[in-house]
Amino acid sequence: MMQGHLPQRPPGSGRLFRRIAIAAAAAGMLALAVIWGLTIPATVPASALPPHVPDLANGRTMFLAGGCASCHAVPKQPDRTRLGGGLALHSAFGTFFVPNISPDPKDGIGAWSEAQFVTAMLKGTSPAGEHLYPAFPYTSYQHMRIDDVRDLFAYLKTLPPVAGKVRGHDLPFPFAIRRAVGLWKLLYLDGKPFAPDPAQSPQWNRGAYLVNGPGHCAECHSPRNALGAIIADKRFTGGRNPTGQGGVPDITQKKLADWSVSDIAETLATGMTPDADTVGGAMVDVVRNTSQLSAADREAMAVYVKSLRPRQ
Amino acid sequence: MKNLQLFAAAAVAALAFGVTAVVAQQDPIKERMALMKGNNDNAKIVVAMMRGQAPFDAAKVDAAFAQWAETAQKLPSLFPDNSKTGEKTRAAPKIWETKADFDAKAAAFGKAVAENRDKAKASLDGLKAAMAPVGKACTNCHEDYRLSER
Repeated sequence: MMQGHLPQRPPGSGRLFRRIAIAAAAAGMLALAVIWGLTIPATVPASALPPHVPDLANGRTMFLAGGCASCHAVPKQPDRTRLGGGLALHSAFGTFFVPNISPDPKDGIGAWSEAQFVTAMLKGTSPAGEHLYPAFPYTSYQHMRIDDVRDLFAYLKTLPPVAGKVRGHDLPFPFAIRRAVGLWKLLYLDGKPFAPDPAQSPQWNRGAYLVNGPGHCAECHSPRNALGAIIADKRFTGGRNPTGQGGVPDITQKKLADWSVSDIAETLATGMTPDADTVGGAMVDVVRNTSQLSAADREAMAVYVKSLRPRQ
Repeated sequence: MKNLQLFAAAAVAALAFGVTAVVAQQDPIKERMALMKGNNDNAKIVVAMMRGQAPFDAAKVDAAFAQWAETAQKLPSLFPDNSKTGEKTRAAPKIWETKADFDAKAAAFGKAVAENRDKAKASLDGLKAAMAPVGKACTNCHEDYRLSER
């Protein structure tokens, strides 16, 4: 008899296996549902925006401190208010193509609502409800005051519309999966607005806000981990050049001990360092922005940078 | 005895200088690094005057502009294909990718130096005005073609 040669299972084991399989599948689906739920792109509703009279001068200050033009201005032309995008940002995760944020209603952000713009800046979520990649430094912009973001939006609306949609990013698997950015955000986006330190002067706090919020200085001046996030306890200790060889200097007192506050402010104003050298690389373009800020804002940034203690 | 010591010191100095000069000629990386160091040394002298830390000295200003002119003129020939790496060069690989643009920017630096030299040595105000376009020419090249150190 064939049956006699088959290995004998204890009675009821088939049912047990099925139960385990069902339980595992259920756990898997639950996990997926939880992940799906946790990675839902966050938004700021229009109801969270009370009436506000935009301050265009402050919006321009945010535009300059935020360095919007450095990435979004059309490359190889001199007008830094033509924000048609198109610059290719090469990174370890693939190539990002900077989008058009001019007020063009079709190709830029002209048709965006204010709430959609605030959502992009503070939550890193697009009007289509998708995660934006943190090549757009909302990791820093999330610390901005909502009123500053609203003023920036109003200022951007005054700039010339530029036609032309920019091509999509060129990212390999798995980085092409936008939903996965939601997991990254869980790890690295704290969603906290800037909190002034009452123990410090108003000038220091203004500098801390400009440097860590709109200025997003740490995004280049810090090392990053394998997932491309800033290593928190090495913030401002210098990083790798994201677009190629070479480095970005440490700006803590380990490197800038010999620089006075006015030395730092002058470098932000003119691009000249205290030892009569010039800044180089991407910092040249940063200075194109900071040179147009008020002297008071540059001084505040310098006071804050001068207070950065060496790490390690 | 004293004279002999002096003579020996002078001989050593002359020899050292000669050796450096020969090495510099044979090694474009060392030569361009030496030129850039010279640029910076002269910039320090001139900037000290602009900041009121040193008196205005037309001869020193002229010497600085002369050295910068020399750098601008020599620069395009100091980046042969075999000099992409070595020493502690901070030359960006982009130099060899867009060499024509690099040469054009070196020429623009030379032009800014030549056009502003007379103004710079005329007075302190002239120097301050002259250094704006010259400094801009420095940064224009450093933006794309010099790597930063960490």
